[in-house]
Amino acid sequence: MPGSSSNTERAGRLTRWLVTAPPAAFLVVFFLLPALIMAAASFREPGEFGGLAPLAAGGMNLDAYRFIVDDPIYAWILAKSFAVAGLTTLICLLLAYPLAMRIVRSPRRRRDLLVLLVILPFASNFLIRIYAWMIILGPLGLLYSPVAVLAGMVYVHLPFMILPLYTNLEKHDPALLEAAQDLGAGRWARFWRVTWPLSLPGVLSGSALVFIPVLGMFAVPELLGGTGDLLIGNLIKEQFLDNRDWPLGAALSLVLTAAVLAVAGLSAALTRNRGQA
Amino acid sequence: MLNRATAGPTMALLEIRNITRRFGKLEAVKDVSLDIEAGEFFTLLGPSGCGKTTILRMIAGFDEPDAGALFLDGQPLAGIPPERRPVHTVFQSYALFPHLTVAGNIAFPLEMAGRGRDEIRRRTGETLALVHLEDKGDAFPHELSGGQKQRVALARGLVNKPRLLLLDEPLGALDAKLRERMQGELIALQREVGVTFVFVTHAQQEALALSHRIAVMNEGRIEQLDVPEVLYSAPRNRFVADFIGTINLIAADVVEATRHGLRLAAPGLGEIAAPPVAAVAAGSHGALALRPEHLRIAADTGRAGLKNHFAGTVGEYLFLGDVTVYKVRLDNGLLLEALATNAGPGRASFHEIGARVRVEWRHDAGVFLEH
Repeated sequence: MPGSSSNTERAGRLTRWLVTAPPAAFLVVFFLLPALIMAAASFREPGEFGGLAPLAAGGMNLDAYRFIVDDPIYAWILAKSFAVAGLTTLICLLLAYPLAMRIVRSPRRRRDLLVLLVILPFASNFLIRIYAWMIILGPLGLLYSPVAVLAGMVYVHLPFMILPLYTNLEKHDPALLEAAQDLGAGRWARFWRVTWPLSLPGVLSGSALVFIPVLGMFAVPELLGGTGDLLIGNLIKEQFLDNRDWPLGAALSLVLTAAVLAVAGLSAALTRNRGQA
Repeated sequence: MLNRATAGPTMALLEIRNITRRFGKLEAVKDVSLDIEAGEFFTLLGPSGCGKTTILRMIAGFDEPDAGALFLDGQPLAGIPPERRPVHTVFQSYALFPHLTVAGNIAFPLEMAGRGRDEIRRRTGETLALVHLEDKGDAFPHELSGGQKQRVALARGLVNKPRLLLLDEPLGALDAKLRERMQGELIALQREVGVTFVFVTHAQQEALALSHRIAVMNEGRIEQLDVPEVLYSAPRNRFVADFIGTINLIAADVVEATRHGLRLAAPGLGEIAAPPVAAVAAGSHGALALRPEHLRIAADTGRAGLKNHFAGTVGEYLFLGDVTVYKVRLDNGLLLEALATNAGPGRASFHEIGARVRVEWRHDAGVFLEH
């Protein structure tokens, strides 16, 4: 009966709508709208005491962007931020991979406990944990140095690398490693030819979960880094809170977003090609 | 094609000498010895937990015996890890690499062996053709059917020409029709490449159909090692008789034993004539083992045609097309299974349930098994 089938179809569509509408509305109000406001703000003039100048007085212009392009310090800080984010991601990967493998290979009962330990730091306040690092690094003479920033960044983001790697590695069929060994693969060949390629999705999602937040992070460099360790996150924060130059802050964060999207798009394109090869 | 052992003609390709393997208190393999000859299709057959897979893993190198030793081409295998043994395995789950294409999977052992690029391409192509998958080289394992995956696993195991190919219940995951076809392909493949196969299965029909020789295992020991025909027609004990095919066991005592045959007394039945068995003397107890196809069923009228004949009633029958299986209860209560071929002209006709029949068999049929 066409009538009833289109009825159930309509009911299905309605259910889909009811389920997806609230999160969609949430995203529009709290994500899309602020982003658009931010984009618009980057073309405005700063107000005298922060905020934005009235549209009639200031108008719309590209001053903020011109400012960023003209002064090479912004490109330098952006590049440095990418370097710190990249290095943090790499260190997290090198630390998390063996750890995740170890967790996967421990007895099933102990695994849950180990995973719990990985996420346990989240149970205490972020700032308190960073202050704890200041207490550790101070006597070592490392506080307010790039090393301290890197250590703090790695510490904060390590669980975000471990968890996706663990979920990926846990799904690997042990029979594949046995087959590889049976067919002549030694320890290294087994890792690089079987485990590593199969874990790439986990590596990529872990890397994204570390790289992107590190780029925007300002608390760690502010508390642990020296005056020379200004990163893009600090710069953006400063424009809003200290310099009260909202348009410049907005422009900087849009540039950052564009850069992140470019990196993400590039890595997605790279892995797609690899998957097909 | 196969680079044969340089040693003397009497040496087997694989020698297993008195191996024992314990897991905690359990003795999975108990003092097993056997020789596997080059070019053979050898099967380890037994119920699950009989130790056959443990032996396979010790040959592959994933496990080591607690006592005893294995020799390949006369060289001890002890301490050599799996990756350095010229032995490859076809796993029950196939264990194909999901991130590699079919060609990539097959090239894997060649790459591990450090073969040159041209040789890898050539031999991968040859092996793909061998298993009739020429057009599937670029496909990924998840795009293949069960039978195709099976063939890729075989190709991957054979491509680097191992001295031994181990097959761990490789047909277990296939449906009945496909399994039958793959059995035929396996036999043809083994004949073509000449690689020695060691096959592990719990399916006795599969073992009978495929193997040159079969070791029937139970509880860590070899119960009997023989060619399929002998295993079937002359099982050495009740376990083998029972495990391979269907068997009727008639408890009996030996009244007289001569070179020409045995005279048995079966309680409630009377006298039975049976073929001679070495080392069985008058007075010993046991059972006469008879295959269903040895028994003939006739309407209970007229004179008996064969020496051993007993009256009974048809309990039930199963019409299987080519044959009909009858379950007949003899007058002493013993239930026998008999096979009747439906080779007569016209429509098959049956002895109906409840019909009085005579079950008879030749004096030289079956084998007497001592307790």
